[in-house]
Amino acid sequence: MTSFRVNGRDHDLDIDPDTPLLWVLRDELHLTGTKFGCGIAQCGACTVMLDGMPRRACVTPISMVEGREVTTIEGMEGPETEAVRAAWTAIDVPQCGWCQSGQIMSAVALLQAVSAPSDEDIDNAMAGNVCRCATYIRIRQAIHDAAKVLEG
Amino acid sequence: MGFETTRRGLLAGGAGLMLALTLPIGRGRAQVTVAGPFAPNAFIRIGTDDLVTVMSKHLEMGQGPYTGLATLVAEELDADWAQMRAEGAPADDKLYANLAFGAQGTGGSTAIANSFMQMRKAGAAARAMLVAAAAQEWGVPAAEITVKAGVVAHPGSGKTSGFGALSAAAASQPVPEDPPVKAPADFVLIGKDRPKLDTKAKTDGSAQFALDVYRDGMLTVVVAHPPKFGATVASFDDKDALAVKGVQMVRQIPSGVAVYATNTYAALKGRDALQVNWDESKAETRGSAELFEAFTKAAQAGGTTVEEQGDLAAFTGAAKTLEAEYHFPYLAHAPMEPLDAVIEVKGGKAELWYGCQFPAFDRPTVAATLGVPVEDVQINVLLAGGSFGRRAQGSAHLAAEAAAVAKAAGADGTFKLLWTREDDIRGGYYRPLTVHRFRAGLDDAGKIIAWENIVANQSIMMGTPMEPMLQGGPDSTSFEGSTGLPYILGAKRIGWARMESPVSVLWWRSVGHTHTAYAVETFLDQVLEAAGKDPVAGRLELLPPEATRERGVIEKVAEISGWTGRTRDGKGYGVAYTKSFGTYVAQVAEVQDMGGVPRVTKVWCAVDCGIAVNPNVIRAQIEGGIGYALGTALHNHISLAPGGEVEQSNFHDYPMLRISEMPAVEVAIIASEADPTGIGEPGVPPLGPAMANAWRALTGRAQNVLPFGGATS
Repeated sequence: MTSFRVNGRDHDLDIDPDTPLLWVLRDELHLTGTKFGCGIAQCGACTVMLDGMPRRACVTPISMVEGREVTTIEGMEGPETEAVRAAWTAIDVPQCGWCQSGQIMSAVALLQAVSAPSDEDIDNAMAGNVCRCATYIRIRQAIHDAAKVLEG
Repeated sequence: MGFETTRRGLLAGGAGLMLALTLPIGRGRAQVTVAGPFAPNAFIRIGTDDLVTVMSKHLEMGQGPYTGLATLVAEELDADWAQMRAEGAPADDKLYANLAFGAQGTGGSTAIANSFMQMRKAGAAARAMLVAAAAQEWGVPAAEITVKAGVVAHPGSGKTSGFGALSAAAASQPVPEDPPVKAPADFVLIGKDRPKLDTKAKTDGSAQFALDVYRDGMLTVVVAHPPKFGATVASFDDKDALAVKGVQMVRQIPSGVAVYATNTYAALKGRDALQVNWDESKAETRGSAELFEAFTKAAQAGGTTVEEQGDLAAFTGAAKTLEAEYHFPYLAHAPMEPLDAVIEVKGGKAELWYGCQFPAFDRPTVAATLGVPVEDVQINVLLAGGSFGRRAQGSAHLAAEAAAVAKAAGADGTFKLLWTREDDIRGGYYRPLTVHRFRAGLDDAGKIIAWENIVANQSIMMGTPMEPMLQGGPDSTSFEGSTGLPYILGAKRIGWARMESPVSVLWWRSVGHTHTAYAVETFLDQVLEAAGKDPVAGRLELLPPEATRERGVIEKVAEISGWTGRTRDGKGYGVAYTKSFGTYVAQVAEVQDMGGVPRVTKVWCAVDCGIAVNPNVIRAQIEGGIGYALGTALHNHISLAPGGEVEQSNFHDYPMLRISEMPAVEVAIIASEADPTGIGEPGVPPLGPAMANAWRALTGRAQNVLPFGGATS
């Protein structure tokens, strides 16, 4: 039995302890906003917050999540999340959309850590998130826009 | 067995319940048969809540048809943009055919071009019906009624109404056969930036793709595919696989061995535990080096002539002759959402949910595999997490595999078929491995007097169910872009050598232009330099007077990039021009030398795609196309080891462009009143050659083997 918290709700699941958190979120909890892209932590589509820090769910065995708190795209809230979503929407960042949950998780984590990120900060924080549609120009712009809104 | 969908919105019929103006499908169908392609009300639903939902006959895979088609409808309907919605139309060849193909499918950057008049007529018809309903209700002449931003009004009496309140009455009005549409000067929405309809759901995790479909009793299935192309299952041992908790069964299907499990992880573990012996007697056992050798030999032999002008004897009079050979590797599309589909078979009928790009191929394939009538196969078309051509297969192999999985289960049930990234990278359907050979002859004055280009590669369409579309001719997707050049090149011959291999090939974002644009535009650049000409001025000189749109984009990109020549301040500049999918594109790339590795810092792009329906989407497609092409040129190749196994497997050895590598992009859209042409693909072809030309300007090195970052064999 593994006990953990997802988006503020407690779960106790009898599950193979090796099962990646990604498949637990999707197959067991039907939280489908977290995407599968590579399975080897190379693309970031499965990024979630584990105790508030971004983490690739595809390489995180559920046994590692025991007693911890997971936040997925569906459960994200707060000023950084709101600013990022608004900025993403204002300039239509997404194309196919598959990677965007992960992009937004990483962007929010960046803005929580650095209030006015430089281009280099963005390159570093977003390096693990692939966008095959190459929406990178708008991702960068939206992060800058969100930072400005948060500064007030 | 009861099936309860946990999906939000799309399937539950949120829109379907509020329809008032939806015509019965049967009526729409009859109209298609009798009156031609315009069946307006198969495309539009107007609810009593004023929401207008456009049923998109084109797959939304990021290229923007939901927004584009809705814009066309809203323009003629005079709707307010805020009331517009879009969703995927189901598989129905009669109602939802792509007018460019005569069958339902998305591809060739045709979504806006083939829908431009059809969707406007659909919107105009709905508008006329709303006006007729208002005229009847208010007892005023229809001619006195105005519609603006979703409000129907009769200025004389002061009466106004939204669409919703009129929708029931409008539904009983006659459908206008050929309603008039606006002149371009009267467009309110077309030509202006418009927020995309699918953005919000793609920022909060609610957008629904095939992998997100969960249904009661559903099993997840992964398939062990052969390690070499053309190999088949000889035998297998499923004892260890069946011992994995959650694995329900293992079945042989035509494409491999399928493992069925109650969850994804169990299916993957079960597949890992499976022992399969493969029959490789018909497999491709050549490695990429051997393939390049064979393809090169065939190119040297000249191929068959596919375009010819004048007499190549002109070469004998050339003062200078240049030659070049190019090697292009196989490429995987690698959409972020790997291939996947959900199929449910129940009582002799099948229902599927996935990002289906070519219902015209997929639906009959599922029906034939299951042995049921086509009418008993329902395909719900969801969003797709990218495609770049990968989801449109003439062989319908994914749909066939899904149906085979359901059939092999031997009983009614619901199955989610998932390809992992490894399945995707190693699964074939690649951009064809291609060799180009060139020679060009210059006279004393530096004028090009002779040009020969031979292309050697596999055919995408020949030997597949798409072959009849070629009507006996050669497969132009193999060499398009080598043929049809606007430049005056003197005596000219284009040859094609068709190669064969069990490695499956497919169209890959911009198809033949993925290699022809690179080869032609980099070779031309070398020829122009040998002739002492500037890349921009030299190209313009080669254009005949009637090539105004070609000239327009080249001149525009020179203008916005501040073109001064091949180098400036220690940076290299390269230009390239391509026409693909009806659209004229010229790009200038700015490149720096980072210790022997090129870094593209800025790209300028001029694009003429006719009427710019939504400049926001056009810019996005150009930006994305440039990034897609850049990552490929820098990093990507699929190679076969000696023996025939694919050497790459995932993003660690088939790397994608990262944000730090993305250049700044400036796009100029040429103002035009010509009918719209493609935009999903045309941004791709010029980037590689523009970058290569800039790199050669900076370093003197010609990159004739791709990718830049690694050997291809």
